[in-house]
This record gives sequence, C-alpha cells and structure tokens, in this order.
Amino acid sequence: MKVKELVEKFGLKVAAGQTGLDKEIKGGYCGDLLSEVMGNAGVGCVWLTVQAHQNIVAVAVLREMAAIVITGGSTPAPETVDKANAEGIPVLTYPGSSFELSGRIYAEL
Amino acid sequence: MTSIHKSYHVAKNDFIHAGEASIHVKNLLKSMNYNQDLVRRVAICGYEAEMNLVMHGGDGELSVDVNSERVILEVADRGPGILDIELAMQEGYSTAKEEYREMGFGAGMGLPNMKKNSDALKITSEPGQGTHVSMTFYNKG
Repeated sequence: MKVKELVEKFGLKVAAGQTGLDKEIKGGYCGDLLSEVMGNAGVGCVWLTVQAHQNIVAVAVLREMAAIVITGGSTPAPETVDKANAEGIPVLTYPGSSFELSGRIYAEL
Repeated sequence: MTSIHKSYHVAKNDFIHAGEASIHVKNLLKSMNYNQDLVRRVAICGYEAEMNLVMHGGDGELSVDVNSERVILEVADRGPGILDIELAMQEGYSTAKEEYREMGFGAGMGLPNMKKNSDALKITSEPGQGTHVSMTFYNKG
C-alpha cells in the first residue's frame, strides 16, 4: 500500500511531506519513546505516535520510514512541518488513538 | 577505498538541528555503498550519541572515520561527565530532565542501544571534564 492510499482509506490529514506520498508502506510501528522506536521500527514502516515535535522527523529519516501518523488529535509543530517538507517525510494526523488506527491498518497490510 | 574523516559540531539544547549530523553520516555511508545493516546500526548509534550531546553533553563533536574495513564513530563533549558508567549502561537508567522525558527521550535506552548496535563501544568520562565515546562497526560485506 502506498502512503496516499493509506491517507484515503483511513481519512488521514496530510500535514506535511506531500512529496513522499508515493512511498510504499512495508509495515507499521507504534511508540512514543524515541529511542525505543529508533531501535526497533522497521524500514518502510508507518509510525504511529502522539509525539508532534520536530525531533520525530530525524527518527523517521534515519529509519527510512514511509510516513509518520500523529494520533490523538495533535497537530505537528511548525518546525516539524518545515523539517518534514525538507526531507519529504509525510506527516499525517488522525483524531483517534494509536490503538484504534493500528488495528485498522494491521488488518489491511 | 580511501579513508574519509568528517566532523560535526553538536550544540547543547539545539533540538532544531538535532539529528542532522547523523543524517549526514548515514547519507555518506549510503553513497559509499555500505550494506544496509551497517548503515542502520551506525544511524541508530549516531542518533543516540547526538541526542546525548544535545541533552547532556554541553557542546560537543560527533566525528566519523570510514574506510573499507570499518566505521568509527566518536563523540566528545565538555559536559558534566558520567559519574557511574556501569549504572548509566543499565537499561532504564536515565538522568534526563522531565521536559525531555515528555518529548519521548530519557527512557534509559540510549547507551544500551549503542552497545547493542555497535561491534565495540568504549566510554571514558571524567566528572566535570566531559565524556568521550568511541564506537566501531565492522564492514561484513
């Protein structure tokens, strides 16, 4: 599944990183502790987190993620948007919980 | 392959540029066609080391020395130093400030991640003087 298909299927909002919407999603990961995500998330994953600050972008770039989804209704900080646009990492938002969205995505991947 | 050495300044509390040195290092290794596993391990360790400089280290340097056989990643800072290295290596132990924990840092996983993902890790620290960390990654082809 491509990131743009994920956006359409689950009603996600694209907050940044439009240029990366054609990336292929190879899996998923949930986590809010950055070191834990850094150590364990897979390449090409979609990462669900409540963290919305700028440092999530470096984690996504270094782990070569397909996209970040900020769950729980938060919106990314302006610095997060700028960095994600510069790096081409899609940052998506979802009003519900990580638990709920991951269950729905898991069933489709 | 020629040997390449690069060095990056990492500033205290600079969350705006945090991670950029590690991204540079990762892109350098990718451009040199290192295998994916080595690039992944260096990226993880570089990021952890870089965040430690930002959060704990005072100003510091992250440097990388690359040849065909190995990558050496070094960080040196002029921060408060580590009082008890053995304790700091324990998973879950952290001295991070509350505001950093709220950002998802300070889980006490940084140094353990660096040990797990490097082939050799050496930490020397002098309280009040700073910390020096050296990590080696062997190119297994």
